[in-house]
Amino acid sequence: MLYRTSFGVPAWRLRSPSGDLERMRNQLDSLLDAVSGEPGAAMGAGVFPAVNITETQDNYFVRAELPGIKHDDLQLDIKERTLTIAGERKIETESGEAKYHRKEREAGNFSRAIALPGEVDSGNVDARLAEGVLTVRIAKSEKVKPRQIAVH
Amino acid sequence: MAKNKAKELQVSEKKELASPAEQTKAGLVFAPNVDIFETENEITLLADIPGVKPDDLNIDLKDNVLTLSGGIKNDETEAEKAIYAEYQTGSYYRQFSISELIDQSKIEAKVTDGVLRLALPKVEKAAPRKITVQAG
Repeated sequence: MLYRTSFGVPAWRLRSPSGDLERMRNQLDSLLDAVSGEPGAAMGAGVFPAVNITETQDNYFVRAELPGIKHDDLQLDIKERTLTIAGERKIETESGEAKYHRKEREAGNFSRAIALPGEVDSGNVDARLAEGVLTVRIAKSEKVKPRQIAVH
Repeated sequence: MAKNKAKELQVSEKKELASPAEQTKAGLVFAPNVDIFETENEITLLADIPGVKPDDLNIDLKDNVLTLSGGIKNDETEAEKAIYAEYQTGSYYRQFSISELIDQSKIEAKVTDGVLRLALPKVEKAAPRKITVQAG
C-alpha cells in the first residue's frame, strides 16, 4: 500500500513490515543529513537526475526533468533490469562582455543507473524527450505480468 | 596540456515557493533556476522550466517588475501507479524587478528544450541633440 510521507522529501513509500516507527526514524535520519549540509543526501539516491518511476499493468514509466539537454547529448541504455541515463548538459557561453547578475543553472556530466522493480522486455522500450522532460516507457516482461484467473 | 574534465552535475531539490501569488488551481509552485546577464544593449534571462509548453508560459513586464509564470500538465495517466518519486511537478513562478528601462516592443522570448531565453533590449539612450544658438 502506498502512502505519502510527511517527513523530509515528500515521496511515496511502500508500507514496510517494520512499521511506522522505522519509517519515522529513517526520515528523521535523512532530514538530519540534509541539515548537516551534504548536498543531495535527503534526496533519494542523491544523483542527477531526479527520477519518478510509475507502473501500469504492462509497462514501467521512468521520468526525469532534463532542461536544456539535447537528444544528441543524452544516452539511454537498458540491460536486464537496469536503465542507465547518461549525458551532458551544456550551457552556451555568452559574448565576452556579458555581466552576470545571477547564475543558478549548472552544466556538467551526469550518469545514473536505475534498477527497475521487475523483469522487463528490453526490446520493447521507447523514450521521448519533449520540453526538457524525458519519459521512458519500458514494457514488463510477459512472465511477470499479472494474470487474471477466472473463477467458475 | 591535459583537457579539463567537465564536472559532474549535482542533483538539487526544486525550490518550492512558500507563498506564491494567488493561484486559481491547487498545486505546488516552484521557482525556476535562472541566469541573468546584461550587455550594453540588452538584459537576457535564461530560465529552466522543463515541462512548460510555450502556450502555458506567461511573461509580464509592468512597472519594472518582470513576472514569469508557467503551468505544467502532468502527463501521468490515471492508470499509472507511483512506485518511486524523487521530484514533484508543479508550475513555475518567479518575479524580478528590472532597474533598466526596457523597450517593450522589442522583447523576444524563446523556449527550447525546456529552457526559456528572454531578451529584454534596453531603451536606446537618446542621442545628444546639438542645439544651435542663433545670433540675433
